[in-house]
Amino acid sequence: MDMTFTPAEQAFRREVQAFVAENLPAPIARKVADGVEMTRDDMSTWMQILAKQGWLATNWEQKDGGPGWSTAQKHIFEEECAAAGAPDIIPFGTRMVGPVLLAFGTPEQKAKYLPGIVSGEMLWCQGYSEPGAGSDLAQLQLSAKLDGDEYVVNGTKIWTTQAHMADMIFVLARTDNSGRKQDGVTCLLIDMKAPGVTVRPIITIDGRHRFNQEFFDDVRVPVADRVGEAGDGWRIAKYLLGHERSNAAGVAGAVRMLKKLRAIAKAERAEGETLMQDQDFRRTLADVETRLEVLRMTAMRNLARASADKPVGAEASVVKLGMAEIRKDISELSMQAGAYYANPFDPKAIREGWGNQQPIGADYIFKLAPDYFEMRARSIAGGSNEIQKNIIAKRTLGL
Amino acid sequence: MDFELSEDQVLLQESVTRFVADNYSFEQRRKLVDTDQGYSDKQWSQFAELGWLGMPFAEDVGGYGGTPVETMVVLEEFGKGLVAEPYISTIVLGGGALVHGGTAAQQQELIPQVAEGNLKLALGFAERQSRYNLADVQTKAEKSGVDYVLSGMKSVVFGAPTANKFIVSARTGGAARDEGGISLFLVDADASGVSVRGYPTVDGMRAGEVTLDGVKVGADALMGAEGEGFGALETTIDYAIAATAAEAVGAMSALNDMTLEYIKTREQFGQPIGKFQVLQHRMVDMFIAHEEAKSMAMMAAMRIDDEDPNERRKAASATKVQIAKSARFVGQQAIQLHGGIGMTDEYAAGHYFKRLTMIDRSYGDGDYHLARFGAVS
Ligand SMILES: Cc1cc2nc3c(=O)[nH]c(=O)nc-3n(C[C@H](O)[C@H](O)[C@H](O)COP(=O)(O)OP(=O)(O)OC[C@H]3O[C@@H](n4cnc5c(N)ncnc54)[C@H](O)[C@@H]3O)c2cc1C
Ligand SMILES: Cc1cc2nc3c(=O)[nH]c(=O)nc-3n(C[C@H](O)[C@H](O)[C@H](O)COP(=O)(O)OP(=O)(O)OC[C@H]3O[C@@H](n4cnc5c(N)ncnc54)[C@H](O)[C@@H]3O)c2cc1C
Repeated sequence: MDMTFTPAEQAFRREVQAFVAENLPAPIARKVADGVEMTRDDMSTWMQILAKQGWLATNWEQKDGGPGWSTAQKHIFEEECAAAGAPDIIPFGTRMVGPVLLAFGTPEQKAKYLPGIVSGEMLWCQGYSEPGAGSDLAQLQLSAKLDGDEYVVNGTKIWTTQAHMADMIFVLARTDNSGRKQDGVTCLLIDMKAPGVTVRPIITIDGRHRFNQEFFDDVRVPVADRVGEAGDGWRIAKYLLGHERSNAAGVAGAVRMLKKLRAIAKAERAEGETLMQDQDFRRTLADVETRLEVLRMTAMRNLARASADKPVGAEASVVKLGMAEIRKDISELSMQAGAYYANPFDPKAIREGWGNQQPIGADYIFKLAPDYFEMRARSIAGGSNEIQKNIIAKRTLGL
Repeated sequence: MDFELSEDQVLLQESVTRFVADNYSFEQRRKLVDTDQGYSDKQWSQFAELGWLGMPFAEDVGGYGGTPVETMVVLEEFGKGLVAEPYISTIVLGGGALVHGGTAAQQQELIPQVAEGNLKLALGFAERQSRYNLADVQTKAEKSGVDYVLSGMKSVVFGAPTANKFIVSARTGGAARDEGGISLFLVDADASGVSVRGYPTVDGMRAGEVTLDGVKVGADALMGAEGEGFGALETTIDYAIAATAAEAVGAMSALNDMTLEYIKTREQFGQPIGKFQVLQHRMVDMFIAHEEAKSMAMMAAMRIDDEDPNERRKAASATKVQIAKSARFVGQQAIQLHGGIGMTDEYAAGHYFKRLTMIDRSYGDGDYHLARFGAVS
């Protein structure tokens, strides 16, 4: 057993570090550090910088326009990007639609959509959830009826992250109501500017605009934009779940949050000393730090399995569950560090930073409570903690 | 032993319940907290007419002689509707400081105005470096002839933007974090040298940073004896802990009701999600958390006026520790059990969660009060 990376992998790490240090625009890095809302421009700028280097579609083979990296390289890349404070890549294009098109798309679809995905110019969002279909996704009702060589789409999708910035949405729609629910689901690619698509922003409890509800009112979608056959939607969705994202970015993100928390604890005063000198605080911090070590090691074990082409199933859920909890806890501890200054709420500062305004309290404090509120979504989005546990219970433990 | 409310207390409870039902639907509250001021003057006058503003004060200064139990009754109902009027800042904090620290003359002059709804108070007790330690006061009050000159900054002063008068702690002697040498002063909001930077707080309430830049006040602004204000301040904050415990209990009860209703009606996998045992047990734990908090809010209401300061401190800190645990659990799980809709600003649950979270950020969090309880018991 050996938990070090090979010399080649270590050299690769240095290469990534150097690239990010040189190319990540300072204003974007500052926004990430301050937790200020990213605009579509910020996102595209960074994605296109990576794309030019050929490093955007990190999980793709070279023949498809990706770098053809090993699992370890992908892990290192995500770790270094997060550590350097690069914004998270919008996953919907390169990590979701892209792989789906590579596996199931027609040559025409590939030609039409893959270049925009690899270059980062075309932004996507994921339309799975509906008001009546969350954990029970198969219950989805967005209706797509065939009319000549077009589908006529009616209904709604909800909680769609970044739909307000996206050019395209890939949806799971219902084309058949007769048999098993899963068998009537079809995957469609819909232009967000198509007539009949409207987007309603939904503001979250932290005061930010992250997700939306979309209404589809007789939206006409060419059959050419159907992925796979009618009724293949569920199989495609499952294929994507099988291509579960690596946890590296999550672990590195938590490390970054922790680093920030330490800085806050060193700056905040308590009883004439720094908060960091407070015994109780240090114990709580140490507890979180040791838990993060556990997660990091568990993620490494998954990485080793994946590198050896062994299946990573419930093990990935173990890390997802742990990540959700630890990120929630770090954000809670950060808010606790702010004491009374967790109270002030300035939505404009949260979106745009303080600018020329004098901050209320220290400049890092004002968004600690909103971040804590936002983090609650970690155990809801992308399969809630309860659903993850149901899956482990059923698939792994045979209950 | 008698844990029942008296007849008068039941009547009081019914009238507050009715007020909240009529005026604090989620939509009504949302509109209200989105206004500049964040609360309604009309409702404040209504509180005065109903006798709620004078309730905790002695009859000889224009009050109704209520006990902390009456305060509990009012605030528990307020908590159910997340009432946004500055009741805690004016009545519990400002009024409390007058009661525990004010001279007879100050009480005679000011409490009737408070009870009539014509005077709003705010208590400035926290500072940038103080966290929850009430004795960590750097604001200075220097003698200048018979007057005092105040300089310093008070942090996150609840109710500051619309307060007519502030009561602030300032150091007239002693070293950093000494309890001795802290004095309480009354300061007019429009006095020269006072500036307020007001802002909304995450729970929709209002607070502000209050800067005192060479503010001159007369000797009659000093509350009680010079250098001996700490005891009154600490007592006032302990009363505020009892009062906000009741508010938190009310908020938890509303949030639990809402969540229970939701899991009974929200269907996934062909059945109400409340049929899943893991959610049933979670809901039971939330129910237990509320019951535990309620026990402690009642205990605080009955014990906070204990003559023995250590008994009072223990009552307040033990209560705050439990409120911290319960409020955190109920708030977090209410969001979890609601799923995506719980994360949205347009749904009520998040607003209760936020208020509960900020109650935990006020007057000392759970860790702070665990240590304080350990130190006095
Ligand atoms: C921040 C955020 C971003 C999101 N982004 C997207 C996106 O881009 N695209 C998209 O399609 N969706 C997105 N979602 C939606 C997300 O996938 C759903 O919220 C999630 O699947 C849960 O569904 P629901 O909200 O309907 O909750 P419900 O499914 O109604 O769940 C409510 C509660 O019941 C529990 N529950 C449900 N079933 C069971 C069971 N069988 N056993 C035990 N407990 C159960 C859940 O765990 C939860 O606690 C996002 C959500 C959030 C919060
Ligand atoms: C010290 C001791 C003294 C006792 N004294 C008496 C006595 O005086 N008289 C008497 O009649 N009996 C007595 N009992 C027996 C006791 O009542 C049973 O042990 C108890 O009812 C559990 O039954 P079981 O042991 O068959 O476990 P099971 O019922 O098989 O339970 C096993 C586990 O499954 C869980 N479980 C079972 N059903 C559910 C469900 N629907 N949902 C979720 N979890 C579930 C249980 O909580 C437990 O963790 C005693 C037991 C002990 C340990």
